Amino acid sequence: MKKNRNVGIIGVGQSVYSSHREEVNQPEMIHEAVVEALESAGVTIDDVDCIVHGNMELFEMIHQPDLWHVLGTGAYGKETLRVTTGGTTGATLVAAADHLVASGLHDVVLAIGFEKLQEGHTTGGITNMADPLWGRQLQTGALTGMTAAQMIDEFGEERAKKVAMKYRIQMDQHAMKNNKAHRRLGLSPDQAEELAENSPQLVGELRMIHMCSQSDGACAMVFASEEKAKALCDQPAWIKDHVTAHREEMFCIFGDAPVLSTHRYAAQKLFGRCGITNPREEIDLFEMYDPSSWWGSDWLREFLLLEGDAHLKMIENDDIAIDGAFPVNPSGGVIASNPIGATAMVRVAEAALQVMGRAGDHQVPKTVNQALASGFGGTMWTVLFLLTREVPS
Amino acid sequence: MQSDFDTSDCYTIEGKLALPYTYFAGRVGSRFITTLRDQHKIMGVRCDACDTVFVPPRQTCERCLGDLTDSWCEVGSRGRVVNFTVVRYPDRHLPRPVPYVLAMILLEGADTPIVHLLEGIPPEQVAVDMAVEAVFAETTTHTIRDIDHFKPCDA
Amino acid sequence: MARRVGICAVAQTTYQRDKWHERFQGMALEVLEPLLAQTGLDFSEDKGIGMSISVSDDIFDARTISDNGMTDVLGAHMRCEEKIAQEGIQALYYGLAAIQGGHVDAALVLGHCKESQPKSRNMVTHMAFDPFYTRPVGLDFTAAAGLQAQAYADRSDVGDTHLADIVARAGRMAQLNPATPETPVWTREEVLASPMLADPIRAHHAYPVSDGAVGMILAAEETARAICDHPVWITGVGNCMDSFFLGDRDLASNFALKQAAARAYQRAGIDQPHDRFDVVEVSDQFAYQQPMWMEGLGLVDEGQGGAWIAGGGPDAMNVNRSGGMLAGNPLILGGLVRAAEVALQLMGLAGERQVADARCGLAHGVMGPAGQFHSVAILERD
Repeated sequence: MKKNRNVGIIGVGQSVYSSHREEVNQPEMIHEAVVEALESAGVTIDDVDCIVHGNMELFEMIHQPDLWHVLGTGAYGKETLRVTTGGTTGATLVAAADHLVASGLHDVVLAIGFEKLQEGHTTGGITNMADPLWGRQLQTGALTGMTAAQMIDEFGEERAKKVAMKYRIQMDQHAMKNNKAHRRLGLSPDQAEELAENSPQLVGELRMIHMCSQSDGACAMVFASEEKAKALCDQPAWIKDHVTAHREEMFCIFGDAPVLSTHRYAAQKLFGRCGITNPREEIDLFEMYDPSSWWGSDWLREFLLLEGDAHLKMIENDDIAIDGAFPVNPSGGVIASNPIGATAMVRVAEAALQVMGRAGDHQVPKTVNQALASGFGGTMWTVLFLLTREVPS
Repeated sequence: MQSDFDTSDCYTIEGKLALPYTYFAGRVGSRFITTLRDQHKIMGVRCDACDTVFVPPRQTCERCLGDLTDSWCEVGSRGRVVNFTVVRYPDRHLPRPVPYVLAMILLEGADTPIVHLLEGIPPEQVAVDMAVEAVFAETTTHTIRDIDHFKPCDA
Repeated sequence: MARRVGICAVAQTTYQRDKWHERFQGMALEVLEPLLAQTGLDFSEDKGIGMSISVSDDIFDARTISDNGMTDVLGAHMRCEEKIAQEGIQALYYGLAAIQGGHVDAALVLGHCKESQPKSRNMVTHMAFDPFYTRPVGLDFTAAAGLQAQAYADRSDVGDTHLADIVARAGRMAQLNPATPETPVWTREEVLASPMLADPIRAHHAYPVSDGAVGMILAAEETARAICDHPVWITGVGNCMDSFFLGDRDLASNFALKQAAARAYQRAGIDQPHDRFDVVEVSDQFAYQQPMWMEGLGLVDEGQGGAWIAGGGPDAMNVNRSGGMLAGNPLILGGLVRAAEVALQLMGLAGERQVADARCGLAHGVMGPAGQFHSVAILERD
């Protein structure tokens, strides 16, 4: 299957992520990101053919919100598309923009992901994703201690807890360099033990300190055809390929039967299609959607197709630091900022900024030729993107 | 297509979706509402590029994307009816028992009409171009209902 | 030049007032099974359906991530599934983009909605309004339609009798459509006598509360020809978003629809739309919308909707042979059902509703208060 034409990311805009955006209503918050994205791309709204929009609507309880948001999105008189897939929405919006430009239907597309969690009730909203007959009485929002329990089982309590905390602190150190990040706590490694003991437990060994934010914010990205991208931008971030893998809703867990994760499946498929045989060597950076430091640690193994404790060693050896051998979440990741409908888009946006060399203080100190970005949501869904510095052939 | 569905084992479950919310009006919205609430004045914003006074106000002109944050202007609390309908279907989200008149009212000095309740006149007698004036609420709702409704007035 | 994309199979449930005995997944399965049977496709890697495009609304479903409950039925296990959370006809636009972009060769489109599930669909559409300026005055899509119907009545030649004839005709058309078994047939007099809902919209002018599901298989030309005798090509798409505040708009102007239609005609290479279409399906949620949308599409002269109705225009132009949205389809699916109908006509599968030798059709979808957003698709067969 050959892509009809290449698509480049030429601009990124982000509102400040925070839990105190009382000074703006929803369209106004979105507009902040739109303005920055257009400036970043060096275009005006007149150059944009189509606006793609998405969020998780039950968080703000607005029906078909793109209708009201026309007051801030710039969509008046334009063609639009609204696509939503829960937590993966942001990445799906990138996929949609990719299709719309690759197809030839549009030359320049603006995609917007957002969430204003402070205006709704996050855990209530998430619990309502469960089937009303089978799951709704049981689900505790997005909070689960299962992965922590599994890691402790596999690697021993001491090592597992140390790694999860090290990951957490590393993410915060990255966030401290990102002036858009919501939570920048200034954690230092010598706080690890104290946090592990005193941070309130949420579910099992999942503690407050491990868990992602609830943020308000919007992310906007500008996509262009190869011709336009080259004309407008000295170094676009090219979309090489993407894979989306959802999974059946009903989890069946019997004994110790191994379950293929959508993460590993998507990675295998994506790397296979892109000719990547050694992801740890061939990929320069990974913006992973990490809703908690337990999942962040665990999923490194899944996404990089590792076995055993190779992923723990990456964390223990500081490979995942901004200046490390395999930087993970130079932006601080989802634990630092989580405006859910935007979060998965922010992963692609941050990866794109790294490829473009525009990540400012959290830019990794090496040329980024290939960057990986993941989205997460629903019942363990994955969207996985590969961005490149060179134009895909 | 199935036409004879055996429903003998089928049942339904009733439930409610509870999603409490706290909407932020934002700076622009707050200014409009507090001015309405405290001074009984209705404010619009003017887009110079589009030569339009918009009510209700908004931070950005959606046509030209101009920033309207500091382009406030007062509009009158009187205006005329430019369009209306009579809502006759009862429902829980409605502000009044039916039937009531929902009108589009162009306030003096505004270029865009607002949608609001029109009372004090039988629905059959409402006509386009009627002069109306705002009746301010006694208790604030922190919304456009700090105008409680409009009523007919002399032209 | 991007490759052509065709609709290869269509399936739908019946649209009924209350499918209380069915879950969404059951309705979707009723649609999925015939689609797979008609095309011989499955969800196998590389050879089967490459992506599933769902259509649903979280608030109607009372379910966050409403597509989450559908993954088992949509073949989305370890596969791509994405939800169009907008008017369902946009699934054609999106599928077209994904296939023309080269990402997949075949896509499943499947939408569902139950308007009967919430206590009141007006309460749901009420939530589309902003919390400070428009929700507090009780606006919902019905009241907004009332305002637009009045604005249109003031400017057009369409009167109460014309509207009654539209409704009566919809009932008669629906009789011939197995998908709409519950649509009542009213006489002109019965419609004229029905009480007002939101003046000038009468109760019988409104589309009935409806539950149902609809789906299609879209495929790139090479695949389409392999799985289907007469693929229906999507030759043009176009959509447009208008302002949100009703006062910012000229409600009778059809601004967004005109733009959407122009874009679709341009992409389809159509200069003279007026005589081009053998069948037309417009989303008439309320009776006034049939002539109004026809004017906006440029298929009826502006201001001449009434004369068009009185002169037998709807029959002559084969408009809404399905009964239209007036016969009863849920919100968010109306446009997708319109596209399904046009596809069935072009495939020669429209049963008693069939227009002889139909080769080119237009399908239309609309969303938002007083038609804030419109989307048009042009379908053609060889």
